[in-house]
Amino acid sequence: MAEAKTLFDKVWESHVVERMEDGTCILYIDRHLVHEVTSPQAFEGLRSAGRTVRRPDATIAVVDHNIPTSDRSVPVEDRESRLQIDTLETNVAAFGVPYIPISDARQGIVHIIGPELGLSLPGTTIVCGDSHTSTHGALGALAFGIGTSEVEHVLATQTLLQKPALNMLVQVDGALPHGCSAKDIVLAIIGQIGTAGGTGHVIEYAGETIRALGMAGRMTVCNMSIEAGARAGMIAPDEKTLEYIAGRQFAPTGEALERAIAYWRTLPSDLGAHYDRVVHIDATKLVPMVTWGTSPESVLPITGAVPDPAAEIDGDRRARLQRMLDYMGLTAGQKLAEIPVDVVFIGSCTNGRIEDIREAARVARGRHVAPGVRALVVPGSGLVKRQAEAEGLDRILTEAGFEWREAGCSMCLGMNPDRLQPGQRCASTSNRNFEGRQGPGGRTHLLSPAMAAAAAVTGHLSDAREFA
Amino acid sequence: MQAFTTLTGVAAPLPIANIDTDKIIPARFLRTIVRAGLGKNLFDTLRFDADGAERPDFVLNQPAYRAAEILVTHENFGCGSSREHAPWALLDFGIRCVIAPDFADIFYSNCFKNGILPVRLSRAICDQLMEDAKLGGNARVTIDLARQVVIRPNGEQIAFEVDPFRKHLMLNGLDDIGQTLQHKSGIDAYEARQVRDHAWLPAVPVAI
Ligand code: SF4
Repeated sequence: MAEAKTLFDKVWESHVVERMEDGTCILYIDRHLVHEVTSPQAFEGLRSAGRTVRRPDATIAVVDHNIPTSDRSVPVEDRESRLQIDTLETNVAAFGVPYIPISDARQGIVHIIGPELGLSLPGTTIVCGDSHTSTHGALGALAFGIGTSEVEHVLATQTLLQKPALNMLVQVDGALPHGCSAKDIVLAIIGQIGTAGGTGHVIEYAGETIRALGMAGRMTVCNMSIEAGARAGMIAPDEKTLEYIAGRQFAPTGEALERAIAYWRTLPSDLGAHYDRVVHIDATKLVPMVTWGTSPESVLPITGAVPDPAAEIDGDRRARLQRMLDYMGLTAGQKLAEIPVDVVFIGSCTNGRIEDIREAARVARGRHVAPGVRALVVPGSGLVKRQAEAEGLDRILTEAGFEWREAGCSMCLGMNPDRLQPGQRCASTSNRNFEGRQGPGGRTHLLSPAMAAAAAVTGHLSDAREFA
Repeated sequence: MQAFTTLTGVAAPLPIANIDTDKIIPARFLRTIVRAGLGKNLFDTLRFDADGAERPDFVLNQPAYRAAEILVTHENFGCGSSREHAPWALLDFGIRCVIAPDFADIFYSNCFKNGILPVRLSRAICDQLMEDAKLGGNARVTIDLARQVVIRPNGEQIAFEVDPFRKHLMLNGLDDIGQTLQHKSGIDAYEARQVRDHAWLPAVPVAI
């Protein structure tokens, strides 16, 4: 019998062009997603070396990171942002790369539009100059973030130099309690294994809880693999995956789709395949999660309290904890559910899909944003926005006092005008709570869309289970 | 890329774990289309206060370390985003080598592409090097890539591991792309196979 292989092993092996003596492989890349922030220097590198883009037909570019999410009919005001957008437009034209401009309804966050347009497919390799490329792994692709030099390498050669990763299995079983979502699962995983827990590994998420998630939830989980230090996250394709893909703009159709499906069915990990590390999570024990510190691993159930540095024996850790509390403006022992917020951000490639906006609207319906709180909802793409409007979600949200914005990364990283002011506290559905991530001096609490909407209407971090 | 053979320079101690890429170079400085010029915003929030004045207690603001070429730090350095602006900012400032117990994957790989050598050494040794560094300008550390050793100011040699392929590229200042293009026929053959075996994978039309 052939050796039992994991999903990762299968996708990896089918993309090795050549393997060198020391184990470094030339890995073929099926899809390359490009955006305005990490690509200018890569195109410049090609130009100065007189190189071309090897496979424009395997590449797609979009603007998302630094564009404003306000009125799209006016030109981008910020000079530097405008220059990056113009530079991308010049580059895609010069190198013949397919491009979705800001004016196109399909424009959106690169990790939202890849799956949405049927560009991200099971069994393929997908890269992008952005660490959250791991999102696309939810479809059973091997998808990971790369730096700008590697963007240039893929543009020029359609390959990357890579060494195989280790296999890690995160097995999640049990029914997800009421009020909990995919975001709570992944935050709990990071809380358990730490931000370096997955270093050197590709995580495969499996188990009945993962199977029970819809594709959006699976994307949320895979998205934050990088916060667990992993190179990528993957979920084996199943019937839900196939159903999700069929009919999307760039997905295969007809006979090609049938052949694709036959192949995709061979992808799930074989029984007895070897994992270098296995972690079990009991979903039945989950409680809605929220981060209290400046690392995604500083996370606790909403029923918890801010930890006390004095209780830390290790000096380094005690100092780190104290620094986090100082930055976050929190005191030891403070109940998480009593922490007031100034801003609420619902969006990003973690939670900017239609399912997330439905969750937010469900909580917001018939309620109102608390006085003094600014709450933004930023759809992950133009198509998500359109769908939400067709369902009337925008009206529910705006009537409740939320701002309804245009698609983009927005306050996930504060490159565009959507930023926190120093000292402001934000309940955010994004993926990073590093110091200054949402603006210098800004304080971020990561949580699910339902939790974010609950915080918006109460004015403080709140238990989403009370809004069911 | 500039070759890296040996480097002798001042090592600045930065005893903080989990320094993320937002800390190395905050997102608001990424709105650039060139690689150069990011050094002035390296570690921006650690180096400068809200008014842009230098924080005197930050290591790179202290006279002995202003010209540091080596950084010694703690676990999980470079975690967070894939932004290559992080190594660009380090390089632009003048840092050519970072020594830490471990690094985040993408950052580690990004360093090699830019002629910055990331060296993994145990926490105990990093702490030792930080003690050495406190000798300030007199504490010059040498990194010899060919022999894979770090040489402490007292002459003690500490061996480190590095991937042979990356070492080869780094020592010779070779560009990855040039290397890969030597395997062009292999890539051509792979594509021909893919067209045959995975014909279901559609091409993206240029006019979408
Ligand atoms: S939404 Fe945030 S994490 Fe996602 S691609 Fe944009 S900036 Fe990166």
